[in-house]
Amino acid sequence: MVISIFPVSTDQPSIEVTNLTKHYGPVTAINEVSFSVAKGEIVGFLGPNGAGKSTTMRILSGLIPASSGIAKVCGIPVASHSAEIKRRIGYMAENNPLPEDMRVAEYLHYRASLKEIPAKQRKKRVEEVLETCDLHRKTKRKLIRALSKGFRQRVGIADSILANPEVAIMDEPTIGLDPHQILLIRDLINNLRGRCTLILSSHILAEVEICCDRVIIINQGRIVATGSPKDLRHEFIRRNQYHIRVAGEKAKLLEVLQQVDPEIDLQENLDETNDSFQTWNAYSVISGDLSEELIQRILRTNGLRLGGLTKLEPSLEDIFLSATRRSWDVTQQEAQNIQKTYQQQQENTD
Amino acid sequence: MKHFLSLLRHEIRTLFIAPATYTAAVLFLILMGLIYHGILRQYTLDEQTVDPAYVFFQIFWIPVLFMVPLLTMRSIAEERRMGTLETLMTTPVTAAEIVLSKFLASWFFYCLLWLCTLSFPVIIQMTIHQEPVTQALLSKGPLIGGYLFTFLSGTLFIAVGIFSSSLTRSQLVAGMLSFSILFILILGPRLLQTQGVAMQIEWLQASVDYLQLFTHLEDFSRGMLDSRPFFYYLSNTGLVLGVSILMVESKA
Repeated sequence: MVISIFPVSTDQPSIEVTNLTKHYGPVTAINEVSFSVAKGEIVGFLGPNGAGKSTTMRILSGLIPASSGIAKVCGIPVASHSAEIKRRIGYMAENNPLPEDMRVAEYLHYRASLKEIPAKQRKKRVEEVLETCDLHRKTKRKLIRALSKGFRQRVGIADSILANPEVAIMDEPTIGLDPHQILLIRDLINNLRGRCTLILSSHILAEVEICCDRVIIINQGRIVATGSPKDLRHEFIRRNQYHIRVAGEKAKLLEVLQQVDPEIDLQENLDETNDSFQTWNAYSVISGDLSEELIQRILRTNGLRLGGLTKLEPSLEDIFLSATRRSWDVTQQEAQNIQKTYQQQQENTD
Repeated sequence: MKHFLSLLRHEIRTLFIAPATYTAAVLFLILMGLIYHGILRQYTLDEQTVDPAYVFFQIFWIPVLFMVPLLTMRSIAEERRMGTLETLMTTPVTAAEIVLSKFLASWFFYCLLWLCTLSFPVIIQMTIHQEPVTQALLSKGPLIGGYLFTFLSGTLFIAVGIFSSSLTRSQLVAGMLSFSILFILILGPRLLQTQGVAMQIEWLQASVDYLQLFTHLEDFSRGMLDSRPFFYYLSNTGLVLGVSILMVESKA
C-alpha cells in the first residue's frame, strides 16, 4: 500500500514546467522552457529534429535531471520525488524499444506487474488495454519480433496507458504508421480524452492538429508558440490566401482585385490546366473572408470568366514553418546584437 | 523490493529461451568433459596422491574466463543499446532491483552449469561398478568443498561481469572488459607471488596470499572453511554491485 504524501487537488495543473534548462556539455538542449498543461488536456509538442522535444519529455518522466529549473507532474517536483512520479506516468520512449523475444500479452503482463497493478486485476486490465489498442485477436499471442511497425507502436501505446496513469507522455507515437493505423491511433487518443492528461510529440502536423487541444511549438530549445491551432493561425498567419480560377487577362483581374484590396498580391499558380482557365494565388492582409466580394466583382467584369474561388485555411504546417522561421530570425538577430556590443566594447578599449 | 521477483522471473526466463545460453552451456560441458577425461587418463597411468575432484577444481579458472563474460556481457549493455533499460526506469522499479535481478539470474545459471559437471563422476560410477573407483570419484570432501568454492567465488565473478556490462552499451566491450578484470583477479596474485617484487617484501607477500584464489580453493577442498574468503568474496561482490547500481542510475 502506497500512501502518497501529496494530496491531489483538482484545479492544479497536471504538468508544470518553469524555466527548465538542460545542457549537454557546451550544447544547450533546452533553454528556459516554461509551460503548463491542465488536467485532462491533450497537448502536442511540435518541433524540428533536435529542437528539445525528447529532452523535455525525458526530464518530465524523471529519466534525466535538468540543469536548472523546476518540472512538476501532478504538483510533485520530478527531481526530488522521481519514484513518486513514476507511479503516476506512462511513458512511451522515442523509437519505442521493446524486448524482441516476448509475446505481446506476456510482455504486458510483465509490465503490469512492474507497474504495481494488483495481481487480481492484472489479467482484466491487460485484456482491456489489448482491446483498446486493437491487439486482442491473433496479435496478442505473437512474438514482438514478428510484429510490423504499426503493431509494435500499438504495443508501446498499450504499455504506456496500462496502469491508468494520470499523465501519459508519448514521444512520437505515430512515427512510421500508415494512414489506416494513424486513424486508429487518433481514435485511441480520442478515447483517452478526459481519462488522462496526454502530452505527445510529433512531426506529423496534421495529426497534432486533429488530436490535440493545444500545441506547443519548440525550436532550438525555446518555446516559440503555444495555443490552440486556431489561435496560432491567427497569430502567425497574417495574410489570407485565395485560389482564383479565371479565364481572362491578368491586368484586368488585378484591377478588379485591387478594388477590394489595393495591396493585394497576385501570383500565377503553376499548376497545369487543360482548358482556358488559369489559376491564380491572391494574398491579402485584410482579415475576414473576402470571397463573396471578390466573386461579385469578377462576375460583374466583362472579359473575365470565373471558374472557381476558394479561401485557403492555413494548415498547421504553415504556422509551424512561420513560427520556427521567426525564432531563427530572433536568434540570428540576437547573435548580431551580441556581435555589435562586442565590437563596441573592442572599440571602447582601443 | 516489490518488483524484484517479477524482474528475476523475467531474467531467468530470458536466459532459458535464449539460444546463446544453450550454446554456451554445451561448449562449457564439452570442455569440462574433455578436461575430466584427461584427468582420469592421467590417473590410469600413474598413481596419484589426491582425489580426481581435487585436480578437477584446480582448473576452475579456464571456464570462468570464458563463461562469465559470455553469460553476463549481454545483461545491461544490450538493454541499454535497445533502449529497454530506459523503459524499465520509467516504471517504479529501482536500479538496485534491476542490477540484483540480473546478477542473481546469471549466478543461478552459473551454479546450475557447474552442478551439471557433477554428472561426470556419477556416469562413470554407473558404468564401472568397483568400490575403490567409486570411493575415489565421489569422495565427499573435495566435491563439496570444490562446489562451495565455485559458488562463492562465482558471486564475485558474475558481479564483475555485470559491472562491465553496466559501463557500456556494446556487448563486445563489456565482454572484453570483464575478461580482462577476471584475468587480473584470478591470475594476477599468483603472478605477483611468483614473479619478483612480492617475493622480497614480507608484508606484501602476506596480503597477496590473502588475495590468492588458488589458496582459497585448496583450503575449501581440504574441508577448511575459513571466514576470510567468505568475507573477501561477499564484500567485494557487494562493492562491485553497488558501483553497478550507481552506473545504471546515472546513465539510464
